Amino acid sequence: MKLPLLASAAFALTAAPALAADLRVDIEVPRLSAAEYHAPYVAVWIENTDQTAVGTLSVWYDVDLRNNEGLTWLADMRTWWRKSGRTLTLPADGVSGATRAPGRHSISFRADNATLRNLPAGQYNVVVEAARELGNRELVRAPFTWGGAANNASGQGSVELGAVSVAVTR
Amino acid sequence: MKKALLALVAFAAVSAPLAAHAHRQWIEPSSTVLSGTGDDVWVTFDAAVSNTLFHADHQPMRIDNLVVTAPDGSTVAPQNVTRGRYRSTFDVQLAQNGTYRIVNASSGMNARYELNGENRNWRGTAAEFATAIPAGATNVRVSENANRVETFVTRGAPTPIAQVNTGLEITPVTHPNDLVASEAAQFRLLLDGRPAANIEVTIAPGNARYRNETGEIKVTTNAQGAFSVTFPTPGMWWVNASVRDLPSQIQGATRSANYSGVYEVLP
Repeated sequence: MKLPLLASAAFALTAAPALAADLRVDIEVPRLSAAEYHAPYVAVWIENTDQTAVGTLSVWYDVDLRNNEGLTWLADMRTWWRKSGRTLTLPADGVSGATRAPGRHSISFRADNATLRNLPAGQYNVVVEAARELGNRELVRAPFTWGGAANNASGQGSVELGAVSVAVTR
Repeated sequence: MKKALLALVAFAAVSAPLAAHAHRQWIEPSSTVLSGTGDDVWVTFDAAVSNTLFHADHQPMRIDNLVVTAPDGSTVAPQNVTRGRYRSTFDVQLAQNGTYRIVNASSGMNARYELNGENRNWRGTAAEFATAIPAGATNVRVSENANRVETFVTRGAPTPIAQVNTGLEITPVTHPNDLVASEAAQFRLLLDGRPAANIEVTIAPGNARYRNETGEIKVTTNAQGAFSVTFPTPGMWWVNASVRDLPSQIQGATRSANYSGVYEVLP
């Protein structure tokens, strides 16, 4: 009994690094000339190829407002809210974050991330949805393959998002 | 003279709810999908009777029978209730996660008969009906009526909607706070808890003033009372069905019922 257990533990140890890819998502928040500019709320999640949600990676919103008032506008990211957000309890460690100023932002997720940890090998999309106060809503998808070789892909927004790229690194 | 006037007033009182059916009844929420938390999550509602959806341009809805049910089944008191010239308004605080149901429903019986050569009208409850019609009444026409006007709003994830088993109701297969334009949505129409088969359902979009076409969709329920609709555009939609002169469970009466729901469809 003891031996097989040890063997399987050893296997797990050796197998883990083979799957220990990281996922990096680069998101461009475009600089817009607006009389009253507020940084957009942004949700980043993983979906299956049939567009059902796997899990939320990151949500940028006004985390510091009193009484969690920032949560009020999360539903403006309609697609994310319907597919994933409404079943989450926020704020959540490692998921909630402050809004970001215009520019390129890189966020990385290690293989032990709550969403990636149990992700079976296969094809997925990273979805980035942005909604800005007094602005628009936009959603950009970028495909990736998990559990195989390193790979990367990108998508392009046109209004509230610029380039969105995803890279699986090993 | 006095008697005739009284009779006229009585007739008006009896026929008013029927007259109201000739126009469209609606309760329109300010939002239906909410993500806030804590004790500061509110929705405000307009309740009116008007043919131009959803423009309050005819009569305020009488909301004496308004009932707001929280996700846990408890009843919540509407606040800031006001009756204006064209619309009634009220606010509901959403203290819980889940789906709130906002209903203005009524039911009762209506009888018309002749007694000693005079036309008489009676309106009351099913319990009162047993003794309501005097001996010697002729040409008795009795209907059992139910009217339901409702809408739904959800804080967080939607929760199931209870079946009421009275009058016409729509039980969701697709939740009314989970509707998206160009996706097919499934519903079932029930009459007194049983499938309402082969009934026409009218599905009409709001913002009617800004279109030349009504944009109405008509679908007919199947043998299971089921119907499917793909809302072509986002917005507030009015979903209506009615039945008249069907058999009633009550001896000698016919069954009439009306359902009007306001559902929001998101882009």
